[in-house]
Amino acid sequence: MANVVTLPLCSQSSPSSTGADIVFGAPHQPSRIGSETELRVALGGLSGVDTVGANARVASLGTRSLKQGTKRALLDLAITMIDLTTLEGNDTPGKVRSLCAKALRPDPSDPTVPSVAAVCVYPDLVSLARTTLGDSSVAVASVATAFPSGRASMNVKLADVREAVAAGANEIDMVIDRGAFLSGRWGLVFDEIVAVKEACGSAHLKVILETGELVTLDNVRRASWLAMLAGADFIKTSTGKVPVAATPPVVLVMLEAVRDFAEDTGVLIGVKAAGGIRTAKDALKYLVIVNETAGSAWLTPDLYRFGASSLLNDLLMQRAKQKSGAYVRPDRFSGD
Amino acid sequence: MSELQHQSWSRLNDLEYAPAPESASIARLRDSYGLFIDGKFSDPGSHSQFVTLNPATEKPLATVAAGSSADVSRAVISARRAYDQVWSNMPGKERAKYLFRIARLIQERARELAVVETLDNGKPIRESRDVDIPLAAAHFFYYAGWADKLDHAGFGPNPQPLGVAGQIIPWNFPLLMAAWKLAPALAAGNTCVLKPAETTPLSALILAEILQQADLPPGVVNIVTGDGATGAALVSHPGIDKIAFTGSTEVGRRIQRELAPSGTHLTLELGGKGANIVFEDAPIDQAIEGIIDGIFFNQGHVCCAGSRLLVQESVASDVQRRLIRRVEQLRVGDPMDKNTDVGAINSAEQLSRINELVDAGVAEGATRYSNSCDVPDAGYWFNPTVFTEVSQTHRIAREEIFGPVLSVLTFRTPEEAVAKANNTQYGLACGVWSEKGSRTLWVAERLRAGVIWSNTYNKFDPTSPFGGVRESGFGREGGRHGLEAYLNV
Amino acid sequence: MSNERLDVRKTYKLLINGAFPRSESGRSYEVTSSAGAFLGNVSWASRKDVREAVIAARAALSKWSGATAYNRGQVLYRIAEMMESRRDEFAAYVAASESLNDRESQSVVNETIDRIVWYAGWTDKVAQVLGGTNPVAGPFFNFSIPTPTGVIGVLAPQDSSLLGFVSSVLPALAVGNTVVAVSSERRPIPAVLLGEITATADVPAGVLNILSGVASELGPVLATHEDVDGLDLTGAGDLAGTLAADAATSIKRVFRPTALDLDWSASPGTRRLRAFVETSTVWHTVGQ
Repeated sequence: MANVVTLPLCSQSSPSSTGADIVFGAPHQPSRIGSETELRVALGGLSGVDTVGANARVASLGTRSLKQGTKRALLDLAITMIDLTTLEGNDTPGKVRSLCAKALRPDPSDPTVPSVAAVCVYPDLVSLARTTLGDSSVAVASVATAFPSGRASMNVKLADVREAVAAGANEIDMVIDRGAFLSGRWGLVFDEIVAVKEACGSAHLKVILETGELVTLDNVRRASWLAMLAGADFIKTSTGKVPVAATPPVVLVMLEAVRDFAEDTGVLIGVKAAGGIRTAKDALKYLVIVNETAGSAWLTPDLYRFGASSLLNDLLMQRAKQKSGAYVRPDRFSGD
Repeated sequence: MSELQHQSWSRLNDLEYAPAPESASIARLRDSYGLFIDGKFSDPGSHSQFVTLNPATEKPLATVAAGSSADVSRAVISARRAYDQVWSNMPGKERAKYLFRIARLIQERARELAVVETLDNGKPIRESRDVDIPLAAAHFFYYAGWADKLDHAGFGPNPQPLGVAGQIIPWNFPLLMAAWKLAPALAAGNTCVLKPAETTPLSALILAEILQQADLPPGVVNIVTGDGATGAALVSHPGIDKIAFTGSTEVGRRIQRELAPSGTHLTLELGGKGANIVFEDAPIDQAIEGIIDGIFFNQGHVCCAGSRLLVQESVASDVQRRLIRRVEQLRVGDPMDKNTDVGAINSAEQLSRINELVDAGVAEGATRYSNSCDVPDAGYWFNPTVFTEVSQTHRIAREEIFGPVLSVLTFRTPEEAVAKANNTQYGLACGVWSEKGSRTLWVAERLRAGVIWSNTYNKFDPTSPFGGVRESGFGREGGRHGLEAYLNV
Repeated sequence: MSNERLDVRKTYKLLINGAFPRSESGRSYEVTSSAGAFLGNVSWASRKDVREAVIAARAALSKWSGATAYNRGQVLYRIAEMMESRRDEFAAYVAASESLNDRESQSVVNETIDRIVWYAGWTDKVAQVLGGTNPVAGPFFNFSIPTPTGVIGVLAPQDSSLLGFVSSVLPALAVGNTVVAVSSERRPIPAVLLGEITATADVPAGVLNILSGVASELGPVLATHEDVDGLDLTGAGDLAGTLAADAATSIKRVFRPTALDLDWSASPGTRRLRAFVETSTVWHTVGQ
């Protein structure tokens, strides 16, 4: 695949096959789902999720304590997993340039700090971002498909995607039509993802489920499978534009989905937790959940991302603290 | 068999968790303990003594007095005096305040109690910290509120206490079982002689200190440590009005028989062989966690453990595959490490009992899978184990193992699930996993068990009655029902 | 005795599984009034009759305990109706058995009928009174319900042949247990008559089995029988301690009456209703 961005692999532990061919880090194709009925059968056959049990599981994982060395490695890994994001109406070229600089060198005073995975911007700023980032390994991700509501005609959504790709986006973060999903028109959602996938060409497709609007964990599991069956390379929790964004139980359920999908098909799908993750402590908790749910194969930016902005500085602060042993003031790092 | 092999996309647990040991010095243990009778600790030197070990290291923790029958007598006499002169005449609202005080003091000394419990018992500090100690405090809080409301407990006006209660508790939840016994007894107006388990006496002795701190009148609670002989002396003491026993069915049977002529009040909380029933529409990932909690919580030293997994055949291979993957993730080791999932077996004796039954399981043809975690050289350890291909006639499907050993059986229909679940002498607890409410309730109605957990397992609460049917015993602990065991109603 | 015609004397038989067999042992014994007058020949139940009765009670348990509480109430109430219509016969035998005068025996029958009505009315209230929801500190709905203990052996009181019998047996039935009752050894006939009317009162076969015989002979069989879940020792006399010890072998629930429990005219309260119920507590997660 020509335009696939190769991201630095932090963990080389690769999955062992149960027999199915492994597709690792490459865009995968939609499954052949012939009808609405087939889709309904596929998604209807998924096991339910008991909310209480899911909450208890993440609470229990939240009590793990990490070895110092592991903690340091995970802080760096978390930095490389960030899609450094600005998605505001008042974004300017200046803001995006500064974001790109931060993405490349999060801490100019410390060359050992790795770059983030990607910057994530609106489509009209993709070209600027790509130019600013040059031929660095940092990818440009763009939200498209009438982000964040997804309320536009299919033509408009596809045009949105094509423009972003043409402008140099390596990754497309699309939103699903939550209205269609919640009203049971799963086939429509499926078809949209397939069409967007096609429009992406070689760009990676992240499918935003907007789990805060799906509300139930049963819906999160169904939407995860629907997106994976339709060809998503990543499933992503949230736009960050609704009150409830990524939560540990939601990410748990999505990680269970990619784990089970991998066992069924041999294809490893990524997970992106976006919105509301601001502290290093939270990020490490998520990585523990990743580790104990999907497994360490997912501990790579190829398969796990944080969509965040302020998280980066907290990771830098904790990283500095780990190094020096003393707490550092926030102003030591640039604001964005 | 190959489908049961551990297959996963990655080796789980690649992340290294820090040993996060809780500090043993928090325990502040004395070298030796006397008996707690009439509000005072006796001189340890005046008794024959025994050593209580840390089962994770086999190192001694403290020396404890072995109560003789004369000691038991002194304790019963003290309890009788306190009953006649103080406690039975005290207004309920005053008794209540003592119990509230005790609850608060348990909370204040929670960290110390958790450490002591883990050192003495071998259970993971995560469990003693998050389950045993908070629930023990909660029990005192709950029953404290009943002490002045007994008229409204549904047993008619002015219900009377029984008198002096002898209470014998097991080693699996030492402080929590003490709370389960003492709190309702005291709330109802009885006085108590408590006999902690031989291998786990320490948290009860810390509790004795707490009772002193609370200024509980002397003799209201007496704590007599010792072995089975001490317990037997308590059971046979003529000054006892009530025996409450938690332990094995075998000992329970003996106690019931012994007390039959006198008609002494008795409640028994005995063994179990709980079935955890997983239907094909279960919330699968939570069911896996529930199976794990059901059998590996507290090393499986739980009378209500879900030690038989009954899984519907249509999902059996999927459930077994997921289960074994999950069992491999369990971290077995130092109980004081906050990351430990499964701690030490409480005693060499219990370990040999587990080994004997596991050997029987292998000999009878069941397929054994055990977690491969490295365990320390010293101490008593048993890696979490799952047996598949188990049939109803195998010993591992019928006898209580009281260890981290699960037997997996299958069923085809709800009727068959109920029949297999009930095909036991016991009847303490069962689990049902399904997303279909009507079937869950249908099954729950038919299970012969005192507690049924639906889409969860091993949950406890002071408001929730706990206890068994059939040979799992009689009487309830917890809730309004728990008062009935200590009232003459 | 009149010489107009020879009266037809009745044989008083056992009630097992809805049928009225003689004892498999072929034995019977003569029952007389307290004044010594011949009242009838009564079947003398054996160990094997106990065995058959327990099998019948076990088989009937799931249907009886699974019936709606309303339905159990209707069935028990029907017993009261049937007794009301045969009250004179009951009164006559109670009078003869217990040396009571007419007024006294009528009064016993009245109390007995009222006691049956009392328990008939309890069937659909006991779960509300003894059960309830428990406010656990977590995302769970938790409720406790009383469930029947199972098969109950009742050694009925030796003195109160009808009211005492009914007061011992009805509470066990009301909560959904099935019963194997041993009637008063010297005063069995009122209980046997009660058995006859249950057969026409829609009490399902096996729910109530009545064995006339000797408590000291049948009691140990019930006490040691593993498939008997509970034992009421009201009529056990001096044997109560021994039988309670035997009952420990299978951890039976044992009811030992206090003096208050033996005042058959007193308001019965809930003690006997609580004697043979198990509290079953169900937890269910609460979440979206």
